[in-house]
Amino acid sequence: LIVFLSCCSAEVEETLKRIQSQQGVQGIIIVNSEGIPIKTTLDNSSTVQYAGLIHQLVMKARSTVRDIDPQNDLTFLRVRSKKNEIMIAPDKDYFLIVIQNPSD
Amino acid sequence: MPVHNNNVGAFTRKGSNVQKLPGLKAVKAASKKKDEEEGVDPGDVLDEWSHGKALLKPADQLELTDAELKEEITRILTANNPHAPQNIVRYSFKERSYKLTSVVDQMAVHFMLEGSLLHQDSDEALRLRAKDSLSEETTTVDTGAEPDEDKPETPAIPVEDGGEVEEAGVEDRPDSVTSKTDKKEPKLTNQFNFSERASQTLNNPLRERSCQTEPPPRSNFSATANQWEIYDAYVYELQKQEKNKEKQKAVQSKKDNDKGKKKNMMMETQVDDITKVGNSARIFERMVNQNTFDDIAQDFKYFEDASDEFRDQEGTLLTLWKFQYEKAKRLSVTALCWNKKYQDMFAVGMGSYDFSKQGRGMVVFYSLKNSAFPEYIYPTNSGVLCLDIHEQHSYLVAVGFYDGCVAVYNLKEEGLEPAYKSTAKTGKHTDPVWQVHWQNDDMDNNHNFCSVSSDGRIVSWTLVKNELVFTDIITLSLNGAVSEEPEGAQQPSTACGTSFDFHKQIDYLFLVGTEEGKIYKCSKTYSSQFLETYDAHSMAVDTVKWNHFHPKVFISCSSDWTVKIWDHTINTPMFTFDLNAAVGDVAWSPYSSTVFAAITTDGTVHVFDLNINKYEAVCEQQVVSKKKTKLTHIEFNPIYPIIIVGNDRGYVTSFKLSPNLRKKPKAKKGQELPKGPEVEIAKMEKLLSLLREPEPSTL
Repeated sequence: LIVFLSCCSAEVEETLKRIQSQQGVQGIIIVNSEGIPIKTTLDNSSTVQYAGLIHQLVMKARSTVRDIDPQNDLTFLRVRSKKNEIMIAPDKDYFLIVIQNPSD
Repeated sequence: MPVHNNNVGAFTRKGSNVQKLPGLKAVKAASKKKDEEEGVDPGDVLDEWSHGKALLKPADQLELTDAELKEEITRILTANNPHAPQNIVRYSFKERSYKLTSVVDQMAVHFMLEGSLLHQDSDEALRLRAKDSLSEETTTVDTGAEPDEDKPETPAIPVEDGGEVEEAGVEDRPDSVTSKTDKKEPKLTNQFNFSERASQTLNNPLRERSCQTEPPPRSNFSATANQWEIYDAYVYELQKQEKNKEKQKAVQSKKDNDKGKKKNMMMETQVDDITKVGNSARIFERMVNQNTFDDIAQDFKYFEDASDEFRDQEGTLLTLWKFQYEKAKRLSVTALCWNKKYQDMFAVGMGSYDFSKQGRGMVVFYSLKNSAFPEYIYPTNSGVLCLDIHEQHSYLVAVGFYDGCVAVYNLKEEGLEPAYKSTAKTGKHTDPVWQVHWQNDDMDNNHNFCSVSSDGRIVSWTLVKNELVFTDIITLSLNGAVSEEPEGAQQPSTACGTSFDFHKQIDYLFLVGTEEGKIYKCSKTYSSQFLETYDAHSMAVDTVKWNHFHPKVFISCSSDWTVKIWDHTINTPMFTFDLNAAVGDVAWSPYSSTVFAAITTDGTVHVFDLNINKYEAVCEQQVVSKKKTKLTHIEFNPIYPIIIVGNDRGYVTSFKLSPNLRKKPKAKKGQELPKGPEVEIAKMEKLLSLLREPEPSTL
């Protein structure tokens, strides 16, 4: 069991590492359901800022989607801005946030 | 104070009157008062004052000495009754002995008078009144006289008794008068001079005292009940109920499984958490890739080379993604196969064609959505030489290895080991397996596939439960008739199969290419002999493939630099193309019956469209540097106009075919062009008929 789990989490770790190594990726943040960052590749202050703001945004977005149809759910959120793109995967327990500058 | 003085005065006067003390002084004092009132002359007054200091003593007064006078006599008032008996003894029944009672009644009554006041409404008063009324009737005279006596009496009292009594009298009088005058009843009397005095004590000021209990803890709770929150709550409740039901069932059935279940639960929950993030991480990888390779994605989807219009017939290949995996860099691509269900996905077999450098191999799965990293990776101990993805069950992948094994990987299962693998016991090949191909499910709905190997056997493998059951279909012999030759008479009696392909429509019909350069048409049902033998190439046949549309046409390629197109009913080639380099692989396009692509070891991709040009390739493009890299395999995507090309350095490149390479016959005068396989067949047929026509004439 332990071996299996560790290999699983290692796989995830590796995936995250690969994402981080991709061109233009500025940072990856994993936030738990309360909006507390668990893992980050950014500096502290911007992590906290991103986590806090995005958590709110995701909650609102999910609420919107689910209000329209309760059986529906938000799976991904991409925010394209002038400078970068913020991609958010809101899961039940964790939010995955990746910030990428696609033009880099 | 004036009241007090008056009293004293009254006392003295009374005293003087009642006691009738002898002596001038008393008389004089009285007269003096009278004088004062009457305003008598002052001379007399002075005289009286001069005699005023004489002491008056009663006659019977004791003569006391000074010492005796000064002696202090102390009198103490106690609440004890001096007459109360001190020694009362009573019999105690409890202790059965006489006991001295300590409690003595100390109260002494000196005077007792029962009141005679009656309330006028009370029963007694009524009775009395009734009695009186009887007497009244008898003595009426008395009643009339009595008020007269009374009236003078009452005013007299205040004059003699002083202010205090007077006040009381005043208060009394109206009462008595009214009672008498109004009702004219006999007075019920107050024989005594009754006076009522009332006083009020000071009221204690009210004091307020209060205390407060500690307030119970409070907390604020607020929530919005959205429609979806309500929905969630219901779903949660349902799940709970179901779980409870399951639990009850489980308890009823057995308790032994509890531990295992708990473990399972643990695993489920934990794995859930990790894989969830894992999944989204994977999707992110794709998204990030999509962003970084945005231009390629756009090209893939929308770019059509405009210059094709000016190029007449020739087309080009546009390089799209490059797929490579760090750990597979030193291996060469030995097999390519698109997933028919998920058309963005393909499998790559990695091994080596250099037979002095055989070693490990690898099966990797890429998706066009993520060119940076494979979706699945299965390292193998032996080099992979071929693979095939099941058409319907795209998670099943058959793989043939250099060491003669075949295996089936199940992408749905965790772990890196194959789900099925042949062993020496279960009829594995003794030489490298060159090609594997999935077949339709057999009568029992078991999945099965075929493999071809250099050992000359073509074997059908059936997946039964967790076993791989083998059946030899045919053994290739050099002479075509195996059974009739005496064994051991000819040493190299078997041909080495290097490739095969099953007919698209006719289930039992298949072609086998051999190292000797011959192609055999075989049937699954006749294992003893070949239906046809084609003297195809002078070197090993690398690939043999049926046309996707035309049922009679197949193509073959060989290291002898040629690509040949055949009609299987005719044992001479219909077309022969010399590509000036060893041809590694050839593939029919899935969109046209006349288009095929071949790759040569010099790094060039040749695309032919027989409908456009029967002699030359419409596209000949070098895609890798000539010296370093050899192309090994090529495959058309089943729906998109792209091809993937593998090379011996372990990476796969994808190319988009320019419009000229997938040109449809021009519509005549706005007429709708018919589509479908019939058209494609007709197109090919037309070409073939052109070639066939002269043949009969020559014959």
